[in-house]
This record gives sequence, C-alpha cells and structure tokens, in this order.
Amino acid sequence: MLDYETLKIIWWLLVGVLLLGFAVMDGHDMGVGTLLPFVGRTDVERRVVINTVGPHWDGNQVWFITAGGAIFAAWPLVYATAFSGFYWAMLAVLWALFFRPVGFDYRSKVADPRWRTAWDWGLFVGGAVPALIFGVAFGNLLLGVPFHFEDNLMPVYTGTFWALLNPFALLAGVVSLAMLTFHGANYLMVRTEGQVYERARLASLIFGAVMLVAFAGAGVWVASGMKGYVITSVVEAGALPNPLDKSVAIQAGAWLGNFRKAPLLWLVPGAGFAGGLLALLLAWARKPVLAFIGSAVAELGVIGTAGVAMFPFIMPSSSDPRSSLTVWDSVSSHLTLSVMFWAALIFTPIVIAYTGWAYKMMAGKVTTAFIESHDRSAY
Amino acid sequence: MVTEEVVDLSRLQFAATAFYHFLFVPLTLGLSFLLAIMETTYVMTGKEIYRDMTKFWGKLFGINFALGVTTGITMEFQFGTNWAYYSHYVGDIFGAPLAIEGLMAFFLESTFIGLFFFGWEKLSKRQHLTITYLTAIGSNLSAVWILIANGWMQNPIGAEFSWVTMRMEMTSFWDLVFNPAAQAKFVHTVSAGYVTGAMFVLGISSWYLLKGKHVEFAKRSFRIAAAFGFASALSVIVLGDESGYAVTEHQQTKLAAMEGMWKTEEAPAPFTLFAIPDDDKRQNTAEVRIPYALGLIATRSTDKVLPGIDQLEAQAAERIRRGIVAVQALESLRAKTVSEETRAAFEAHKADLGYGLLLRKYTADVGAATPEMIARAARDSIPKVAPMFWTFRIMVALGFSFALLFALSFWYSAKNTFTEKRWLLRWAVWFIPLPWIASEMGWFVAEYGRQPWTIYGILPTHLSTSTISATSLYGSLAGFLFFYTGLLVVEMYLMFKYARLGPASLGTGRYEGEADYQPAR
Ligand code: HDD
Ligand code: HEM
Ligand code: HEM
Repeated sequence: MLDYETLKIIWWLLVGVLLLGFAVMDGHDMGVGTLLPFVGRTDVERRVVINTVGPHWDGNQVWFITAGGAIFAAWPLVYATAFSGFYWAMLAVLWALFFRPVGFDYRSKVADPRWRTAWDWGLFVGGAVPALIFGVAFGNLLLGVPFHFEDNLMPVYTGTFWALLNPFALLAGVVSLAMLTFHGANYLMVRTEGQVYERARLASLIFGAVMLVAFAGAGVWVASGMKGYVITSVVEAGALPNPLDKSVAIQAGAWLGNFRKAPLLWLVPGAGFAGGLLALLLAWARKPVLAFIGSAVAELGVIGTAGVAMFPFIMPSSSDPRSSLTVWDSVSSHLTLSVMFWAALIFTPIVIAYTGWAYKMMAGKVTTAFIESHDRSAY
Repeated sequence: MVTEEVVDLSRLQFAATAFYHFLFVPLTLGLSFLLAIMETTYVMTGKEIYRDMTKFWGKLFGINFALGVTTGITMEFQFGTNWAYYSHYVGDIFGAPLAIEGLMAFFLESTFIGLFFFGWEKLSKRQHLTITYLTAIGSNLSAVWILIANGWMQNPIGAEFSWVTMRMEMTSFWDLVFNPAAQAKFVHTVSAGYVTGAMFVLGISSWYLLKGKHVEFAKRSFRIAAAFGFASALSVIVLGDESGYAVTEHQQTKLAAMEGMWKTEEAPAPFTLFAIPDDDKRQNTAEVRIPYALGLIATRSTDKVLPGIDQLEAQAAERIRRGIVAVQALESLRAKTVSEETRAAFEAHKADLGYGLLLRKYTADVGAATPEMIARAARDSIPKVAPMFWTFRIMVALGFSFALLFALSFWYSAKNTFTEKRWLLRWAVWFIPLPWIASEMGWFVAEYGRQPWTIYGILPTHLSTSTISATSLYGSLAGFLFFYTGLLVVEMYLMFKYARLGPASLGTGRYEGEADYQPAR
C-alpha cells in the first residue's frame, strides 16, 4: 500500500485529471451548446450542430458526474463545504444542466418550430451557464471563501451568493466560458462543413482570442499583489486530517510562491498560452483536429495554473484562515484513498479506450444531407 | 443555524427529488434488458420486425432515459448541498461507491446508449447487439453501487468512528461491498425494475391489440413481456422476502413498525394481515392475524423471538444513557483534555455514540438531558407505525397481483389465445402505472423506516443537514417544483404521443398510421 502522504498528492493529481477530462470532453459539447443558436441559422443547420455531439454528450457528461463523486470520496470536506456554501451557484449549475439531456433527446421529437427554438435556447443555457459558473467558482477559490468549521467540523458559510460575483471571479468566469466555447468551436470544425464550419471557425478565432486576453488579465491581477494564502505552522503531510490543526496567513503575492520555489512550474501557464495561441493559428489555417488538440492543451494549462498556484490549498477560508481546506487535511482515510486509487487506475483507461472506440465508430462529418435522410432517427 | 424547519425542509426536498428520480429509474432498468432480448431475437432470426421492436421500444426508452439522467444529477448534488454534515461524517465510506458507480457504470451506460441510437448503420449487427447489452449491464451496475451505498446506510458495517477526524472511517472495503443488506436490496430493486419494464410493454401492446392496431408487432411484444414479466414478478416476491429477512437481521425497529408489533409476542409470532394501527394509543384495532406466519417468514425459525416496540424503546433508552457518556467523553477529547480515562470511557461507550446524539434534537448539552428528554428520544427511535404498516402491505398486495397477471398472460400466450381474452388485455392496460406505485411504496418503507437515522444507529437525521437558511430551502424547493412539474408534463406528452403512434413513428413504411406522423421541419 502506498503511504498516506503520497496518496494525498496522487489524489490531488487525479482530481486534476478528472477536471481536465471534464473540460476536454464535456467542455467541448458545452461549447457546442453555447454556440448552437449562433452557428446554426436554419433548423437543419442546428440539427447538424446537435448531431455532432448527439451520440457522445451523455458519456462526456459522466466526466463531470465522476469528478463530483471522486471529490466526495477523496475530499469529503471539500464536497460538503463547497456544495453547501455555494448553494445557489450549485443549483444554478444543476438547473442549467437539466436542459441538456431533455434538450438533446426531445428537440427533434416534435416538428413545431417554437418547440425547437425553445430547446435550442435551453441547450445554450445548459452549455453557457455551467461553463461561466465553474470559472466564477475557481475565481472565488483563489480569493478565498468566507467559511469556518464549528467544533464538530460542521462547515458554516458566512458569505452571500452575490459576494461570489466579484470582478476577479467574473474575469475567471470569462476565461472558463471562452475556453470551453473555443474548444467547442474547434470540435465543430472537425465535424461539420460549409456554412456551419465557417461560422464555427469565426467563433473559434473570437473566443480563442478572448480566452488568451482574459487569462493574461487574470495572471496580471494575481501577480500585481493579489492576496494568497500560506500555511505558517509545521506541515505533517502524513498526519490524520484535521483542518483546524494548523495556522494560515494571508499574504500579498502568496499565489506566486510555488512558482518562485520551482520555476519549472512556469511551464504550466506557458502551456495555457502556447496551446491557446497554436490552436488559434491552426483554426485560422483550417487544421481543426490539431486546433482541437491545441485547445485541450490550453485547458490543461489554465486549470493546472490555478491548481499549482494554490497548492496545497484547495479551498482557502478568508474569514477564518486556519479552517482552510488543503490537500493534507481535507482528505479521506488512508484506506479509502487507496481503494479509490486502484479503482481509478483500473477503470479510467478502460473508459478512455471504449470512449475512443465510440468516437471512432461515429467519425466523419455530419452533413445536411445526412439530417434530411435521417429525419426520424437523428436528433 | 440548523432548526427543525431546516431539517424538515431538507428531508422533504430529498424525498421529493429521490422519489422523482425513481419514477424513471425502474423503467430504464427493465426496458434495457427487454431491448436486449428483442435485439437478440432479431440477430438470431434475422426478422426485421424484431429490429423494429427494438427501435420503437428504444424510442420510448430514450424519452424516459433523458429524465432519468436529468434527475440523477440532482441526487448527486443533494448530498453536498443539503446534507453537508452527513457528507463530512460518512463521505469516507459513502463517497466511494458513488465514485465507483460513475467510473464503472455511468460511463458504460452513457457511452453506449449514444451508440444504441446512432449506431444502427455504422455498427455491424453483432456490434450493435453487444452495445445494447453493455447499456443494460451498465444501468444494472449503477444500481449495484448506489444500493451498496444505500445498503450501508441501513446496515453500516466495515466502518469505525475516529475522534481525531470526527467522522466514520472505512475499515473494510469488502464488508461494504458484500453487505448482506445491500445484496438483498439490489436483487429486489432490479427485479422491481424488470417488472416495471415488462408491465410497460405488456400494457401498451395490449392497448394496440384492443384497438386492433399493429397486431403482429403487438403480439410479439406481448409474448416477450409476458415471459420476462412472469419470471421477474416471481423473483420480486422471493427477493422481497429476502429483503424482509435482511431487515429482521439488521433493523428491528423497522420490522416492528412495518408489522405493527407493539408487544413482544411468543415465538413464532403471528402475521397481522389487516389492522388499524394507532400511534397515539400504541395499539391496533380490528386485527386479522395468521398465527405463526411472521415468525416463520421473518426469522426462518420457530423459536427466535421478535421484539415488540415497547421492548425496543426500553432498549433504546438504555443505549441513549450509555451514549451520553460517549458524547461527553468525545467532547472532552475534542477540547484536547485527553486523559487515559476519557479515552477509555469513550472506547467503552463508542458503540452508543449515535444514541447519545439523538438527544441533540432536544438539547445542545447532552450531559444535562432530563429523563423526559431521554424518553422522547427513545420514542423517536421507532418510526411511525401506521404509514409503515400500510405502505408495506400495499407493495406486497401489488406484488401478488402482478404475479397473477403475468402468470395468466404467460399461460395464454403459451396457448396463443391471449388476443381473444379482452378482459386480460384491459387488465394489463390498467395496470401500467402500478409497478411505479409499488416501487415508491418500497422506498418509503426502506427510507422512512430508517428514521430517525440517516445512518442507522450512527448518525441522526437532524444532525445531517447543511447550515443553510430555511429561506434558501423554500427557494430551492420552489425551483424543483417548477422545473420538475414542467419536465414531467413534457415527458408525459411525448410518451403518450409516441406510444399512440406506435411503430408508425419509425417511418419504415411497414406500419399503418404513418400519415399521422407529421414530417419534421
Ligand atoms: C444512497 C443513498 C440513498 C438512496 C439510494 C436513496 N436514498 Fe432515500 N434518503 C437518503 C439516502 C438515499 C438520505 C440522504 O439519507 C435521506 C435524506 C434524509 C434522510 O433521513 O435520509 C433519505 C431520505 C429519504 C426519504 C425521506 C424519509 C424521511 O425523511 O422521512 C424518502 C421518502 C426517501 N429517501 C426515498 C428514497 C427514494 C424514493 C429513493 C430512490 C431513488 C431513495 N430514497 C434512494
Ligand atoms: C440517492 C441516490 C442516487 C444518486 C446520487 C443517483 C445519481 C444518479 C446520476 C448522477 C445519474 C445520471 C447518470 C448519467 O448521466 O447517465 C443517475 C441515473 C441513474 N440512476 Fe440514479 N441515483 C440515485 C439513486 C438511484 C437508485 C436507487 C437507482 C437504482 C436502483 C438508480 C439507478 C439509476 C439508473 C439506472 C440511472 C440511469 C438513467 C436512468 O435512470 O434513466 N439511482 N443516477
Ligand atoms: C410480495 C412481495 C414483496 C415483498 C415481500 C417485498 C418486501 C420488501 C421489503 C421488506 C422492503 C424493505 C427493505 C428495506 O427496508 O431495506 C422492500 C423494499 C422495496 N420494494 Fe418490495 N416487496 C414486495 C413487492 C415489491 C414490488 C412488486 C415492487 C415493485 C415493483 C417492490 C419494490 C420495492 C422497492 C423499490 C423497494 C426499496 C428498495 C429496497 O429497500 O430494496 N417490492 N420490499
């Protein structure tokens, strides 16, 4: 059995892998949903757009569900504190997600144009709202969240919903929304042709640029003296987790500490910029498959940057810093982490393998001719 | 502040969303296997009509599946949003099956359901059949893991409380997985799903036969549903009995409430077929009893005694008194006044910690609890009898009536005379909604019967919530009501629309009524 400290770090990496899986897979079909009303003008065009993700969106959504389940299993305190603290934000995500399964499946089952337009906007909401809120949530994690624990470790959130919508968090929201839309646009270029392809290419250029600018802006904001958090007591990484057993200080510029200590880490934000820039150029040069890979690398860079800047913090507390949740003290027991590690090690490659097979079997462009000849079976 | 109002609203919200989720789950579980059977027949015989059957019932499956997924995500969120302390307290054990469910079951089911709908032309016959089976297996695997999680809440084994981390921690993963309570639940619940799927196909096919529409199509569907349903209806009864046995073993308070057993009876206890339980007077009136039956069914012996409610309440009061010592010792350990004595006191009384916590409903300072509070907490430990007694009997009565209906359907389909038995066809149509009622009753028995605990004997419900305001809860409840009502209306509209159209909706040109289908665009 691996030792406790190693497992704690492995789980930090694994949650990162699941979030990245979510961004790459579910992210592209959320991007497609966001773009749907704009890149498809006629009903047939919109059906083309929807059918590019038709066979896959449900499997992709499981990255999101599994990431949630894995956080529950590996970091129960984070799951408890974040979901109950961000109550209304979570419900907004949830209710926006409601529109996706039904939107995809029900839209084509009735021919009335009002019915179809209504579901188109439903799919837009289901793509754009979660993408925006995830970014806002990450922004707030970087700023710190007002919560503390009672003696029995009951988490208590003392902020309001509106406080989550502060300028820095909104900027982070723009990064995330633009990033997933960019990625979705690149995917659409892979799977479509003609008008839809051209509009997707335009969207890719716009959202790629927005992402790069907003990401750079957030970087400047953090570097110009934004407050971060540091643990000031001795860290016993292998100890039994107790989040109240440490002291934490708030310091300007603390989120750059890890980069100062290990300059190689600059490669992570570097990947965000390089991937994004390359993807932009490749979309411009009409090389969609490579552009899609590029935007996936950008996602790795952006999510990774937030992760390494904050390490070992996961959810710092602004009102009671010692309650902050870290990789060391918000985790499950040694046995649970170890069981879950093996489960993830066995099943993740299997999932990736059959997902790849499913994409391979469905590969090729979705055309208007296809939709017209499959009126009753396509979405 | 967690008030009683917050607890009640959280319970209401969880129960409402879980019941709602379970409107869609059983049909997914049952229909997915029926689709696999139909497609197997297609691949083996090469007859087109079986492919059309797979596609048509698959369309209805898809309409249901979309809402199953939608409402399932709610369930995944609820533990964190509304049951934060619960999530912290037992996440170490409970989170694991939920995450494994995602990795092992949801991925499988959700990836291949897409190919089921879109892969008819791109996959070979055998490949398509394989992915239909994988979808069915995936949905059943998801039931395995979620019921392992739920079974652990009913019978929490393989875990231990740690005062350092202030939570339950897993001590054996295999105990969790092979929990007998979870096994019994799994087989009973999936059989309930198979019954639901079979009744759905049987009822709709009967309706076509009554109308004289799509006769060949309906006859074949009816036969498959009758055979599959007959086997499932028998297994739901046998395995329901198994569930009852598991309850006897692990949850005596639930059994006593289900059976309205106020007093301990001599072994083997009689089974009360009918009665009007009165929770205030603590007795039943108008009882009709079958001697010995309960003792034989529940304990599978003639000499094991089943404790009645009075006796269980006295036992609970005893455990609460010991629990007080555990809570006090835990409080001083948390306050860092760790001595050998407190540690020993805690270890000695740890098993009753949960019972001590029951008093938190009445006082923050458990040490200062009055005898009156202890008596009230002890009474809380038994769920209300009347609702348990009735919901259980409705489920069982429905179970036997399903078995009868399927037995007759099976018999007449073997004799190939079922199309003439119009009474049978009408009966099948009217019975379409009933399996859902039986399932919801079953969940009521299982979950309400677990009260006042979320984790039986360990964590009281009133301590499990989040610290959110009642206002927020009213808001979210209103939101769920709004969205869920709208979604249900849309779902029912489509379900009726497509069930009426029947196979004509496939647009193959082989079925009557194709003109009723408006072309798209
Ligand atoms: C994995 C766990 C789990 C599973 C599979 C279910 N439940 Fe449950 N149930 C809970 C975990 C839980 C819970 C979190 O523990 C609740 C919330 C409050 C409580 O006491 O238990 C609960 C409460 C609860 C209540 C309210 C009881 C009361 O407060 O009086 C009902 C009626 C149900 N559930 C019904 C269901 C239905 C219809 C389910 C089918 C999908 C279901 N449960 C599955
Ligand atoms: C309260 C606990 C529950 C949680 C947290 C939960 C969670 C979920 C989630 C997240 C999904 C969507 C998965 C997807 O995208 O494919 C889902 C669907 C599903 N769940 Fe649940 N669920 C619960 C209860 C149950 C129970 C008790 C069963 C079975 C006995 C069950 C069986 C299913 C099945 C078969 C699906 C597939 C979709 C469908 O039903 O149409 N769930 N559930
Ligand atoms: C004669 C028949 C039946 C018997 C003896 C029986 C017995 C039981 C018992 C004892 C429980 C409670 C288990 C617990 O608390 O953990 C239960 C739960 C349940 N029952 Fe039944 N039942 C029968 C018929 C049915 C039918 C016909 C259906 C649906 C079609 C059904 C669906 C359920 C469901 C969904 C649950 C909740 C899940 C679980 O706890 O297993 N039951 N049943």
